[in-house]
Amino acid sequence: MKRPSSTRRRFMGGLLGSASFWLYSDHEVWADALTAVDAGPYTPRYFNQEEWRFLNAACERIFPTDAHGPGARSLGAPEFIDRQMDTPYGHGKLWYMSGPFLNAPENLGYQLSLPPRDIYRQGIAAADAYARQHHDGRSFADLDASAQTAVLKDLEHSEMPLGSVPAHFFFEQLRQNTLEGVFSDPLHGGNKGLAGWTLLGFPGARADFMDWVNQQGAPYPFGPVSISGETA
Amino acid sequence: MNARKTDAIVIGAGWAGSILAKELTEAGLSVTVLERGDDRATAVEGDYPSSIDELRGAIRHRLFQNLSQTTVTIRNTVGQVAVPYRRLAAFLPGEGVGGAGLHWSGVHFRVAPDDLALRTNVIARYGKSFIPEGMNLQDYDVTYEELEPFFDKAEKVFGTSGEPYTIQGKIAGKGNPFAPDRSDAFPLPAMKDVYSASLFKTAAANVGYHPYSLPAANASAPYTNPYGVQMGPCNFCGYCSGYDCYMYSKASPNVNILPSLRQDPKFTLITKAHVLKVNLDSEKKKATGVTYLDLQTRQQVELEADLVIVSAFQFHNVHLMLLSGIGQPYDPVANTGTVGRNFVYQTITTSRAWLPSTHYTNQFIGAGGAGVAIDDFNSMNFDHGPLGFVGGSPVWVNQAGAKPIAAAIGGPGGKAPAWGEGYKDAMVETYRHSLTIDAHGSNMAYRDVYLDLDPTYTDAYGQPLLRMTFTWKDNDIRMNQYVVSKIEPIMKAMGATRYSLEKLATDQLFDTRRYQTTHLGGGAVMGADPQTSAVNRYLQSWDVPNVFVIGASAFPQGMGYNPTGMVAALAYWSAHHIRTTYLKNPGPMVRA
Ligand SMILES: Cc1cc2nc3c(=O)[nH]c(=O)nc-3n(C[C@H](O)[C@H](O)[C@H](O)COP(=O)(O)OP(=O)(O)OC[C@H]3O[C@@H](n4cnc5c(N)ncnc54)[C@H](O)[C@@H]3O)c2cc1C
Ligand code: SF4
Repeated sequence: MKRPSSTRRRFMGGLLGSASFWLYSDHEVWADALTAVDAGPYTPRYFNQEEWRFLNAACERIFPTDAHGPGARSLGAPEFIDRQMDTPYGHGKLWYMSGPFLNAPENLGYQLSLPPRDIYRQGIAAADAYARQHHDGRSFADLDASAQTAVLKDLEHSEMPLGSVPAHFFFEQLRQNTLEGVFSDPLHGGNKGLAGWTLLGFPGARADFMDWVNQQGAPYPFGPVSISGETA
Repeated sequence: MNARKTDAIVIGAGWAGSILAKELTEAGLSVTVLERGDDRATAVEGDYPSSIDELRGAIRHRLFQNLSQTTVTIRNTVGQVAVPYRRLAAFLPGEGVGGAGLHWSGVHFRVAPDDLALRTNVIARYGKSFIPEGMNLQDYDVTYEELEPFFDKAEKVFGTSGEPYTIQGKIAGKGNPFAPDRSDAFPLPAMKDVYSASLFKTAAANVGYHPYSLPAANASAPYTNPYGVQMGPCNFCGYCSGYDCYMYSKASPNVNILPSLRQDPKFTLITKAHVLKVNLDSEKKKATGVTYLDLQTRQQVELEADLVIVSAFQFHNVHLMLLSGIGQPYDPVANTGTVGRNFVYQTITTSRAWLPSTHYTNQFIGAGGAGVAIDDFNSMNFDHGPLGFVGGSPVWVNQAGAKPIAAAIGGPGGKAPAWGEGYKDAMVETYRHSLTIDAHGSNMAYRDVYLDLDPTYTDAYGQPLLRMTFTWKDNDIRMNQYVVSKIEPIMKAMGATRYSLEKLATDQLFDTRRYQTTHLGGGAVMGADPQTSAVNRYLQSWDVPNVFVIGASAFPQGMGYNPTGMVAALAYWSAHHIRTTYLKNPGPMVRA
């Protein structure tokens, strides 16, 4: 039978010496992530400029930059979401999308005909219009942080339609995709510098804890590593 | 259409189908397995490190059923209009060679013997009036003693790790004292307890319960099974549930059975073959074969066989029976028919305890089948008399490897914010210093909870979707609430700084948006009476005796344990009787 060990050994061998401790100072983590962004600005492929500004601002409010380190924006969550729009997921190819599309109680799940990319297209336009209506014509991205948070809280708790998407549903789509971007392997475009994983103390693709099954509550000592072998 | 012929057709290449295919080829039959999904091999889907990708694995479900082709519709009550289950969430059916057996977790139980004759036992202990109105409580019509050799066989094939309590009547280890007697030891010693589980073990014992390490189909040491295939030792990587184990340590049909079958000239595997129906003769008394859609050529193909094994997973089994006209569809109003009757699930709620910030639970470390449980409140192990409900739940710490995306989306819990300011603080504390305890319990069968064909929605092949009519009922909600109340003292004894107890709410509706378990059951249940069961004690259709329906579809009610150990034992039990009785004299094995 074919055994996986040779590939694995090669991979882990490449990491020896570079594995670093995960208890970074906040400053170091942040600096790393910003370097990753500086390496080359990302040009969105799906979102237009207005949508892109909204998305960047909204992701950052959901997962803000603070004393713990970088927020969703410098971690690449908007880039992640943009890239996801052109996957089978973004096109709704993982969902049952045949009609009729009926109104049903919420506990019976999603019943709209829109794939994620259309949820965003309709949702962002309407959410931005809502922001302008309540803030003298200023778009969401131009509001200060606390006003942006207030708008998102409105959306989170509202049944108001954004296009054909209920506001709270659009908000939850945004929240989930933002967190996916922050915490997925960097190969998907987010989690730059592995700073999302470092924050939580998740070691990424190490996936071998033979000696760490029970160390009586001691913290796991090794920092994260990505699928491509990048370390924090 | 071109007609071809084989001795036996097996629908679905998951656990049940692989076991039946193995047994029937051993009996000398030519066997064709039809699997609608892709072929799958650990060398590809489990390739390290690319397989260690939470986004593609457990979040975008790359190994699971793609609902765009076919799904089910769901409603809570008979009067409602059912709507499609459009996005995977509450339960996660498999697809492709290995079925859900490729991406399961590996908790590998036998059965609580009392559960096999639950109706008889409840009546004997509490009287008939104890059974609530509308509950279809039934016996399996098979005993633990009859099944024991097949539980033993399945554990040896799966390479199961565990600690016994008694073997042949003698105390042999520190296993579950409520577990039934065993003919032999587990093939491998129990998995180690992760830190959280070891805390639970000590605390539960201090409170007076009887903790034991879960039996796991994760290999605690290198192992070669009776079919000559090898497993490597589990390293607690935490990528069981939703993934193909790259260490060859988690039992799967792909690792534990199919390698020995693939070389057998009597075995044929056809993938991308979606079975549309089992073909019956004009009297609907005999199956002549199946019609499947070749998903590559889009051609319908007819395949003839003397024996048809329906092993496509619990609700797909029922769907295929309804589409084919095998047996009488259940009608909840007239209370007639059996196919679709007694559709059941499993109750589960997850409570959380936070430890002091000096204690790291390292929740990413774990194996899907490993953990520590108590059975003090499972099955009939406690007095239901004053409580007034039927059923129970094991309670456990089953730290299977908490991944960051799922943890972050789930949020820090309690009253902490789910995003924005304050989220990171709370999330870091929860991820690093908390642990979870599940009450994973039974769910009884009810007259108005069932499966039938949807009148409106169809799949990509033009066939009606299966419709689920399901919600939680008072008996099971009260059972869950009672068992969860027993978790609190354990959390306190563990030294939790705070905790949140999750229970089903009174009148809570089944919510399809939240993962619960993929432990669906019933709909084609086994039993002694053809009026209330679709298959007999050998899982043979009462109506079409050359069709056997293998899977959790045979469970008359949902049990506290995870189902696959029981599914595998029933598969070996049925196969044994096909080999020793049916093939010598094909026909009904039980007279109605
Ligand atoms: C995430 C997860 C974790 C789990 N963890 C546990 C656990 O810890 N312990 C436990 O006991 N159980 C667990 N389970 C449940 C376990 O996976 C199932 O009980 C088990 O796989 C059932 O085996 P089966 O052969 O009946 O079905 P499956 O293994 O699902 O196989 C059925 C196969 O039939 C195929 N099929 C369906 N319809 C057709 C058709 N029309 N034509 C052709 N092929 C078809 C499917 O594609 C599939 O490959 C888990 C399940 C999931 C999803
Ligand atoms: S935890 Fe163990 S059994 Fe599960 S995937 Fe990892 S190595 Fe395999």
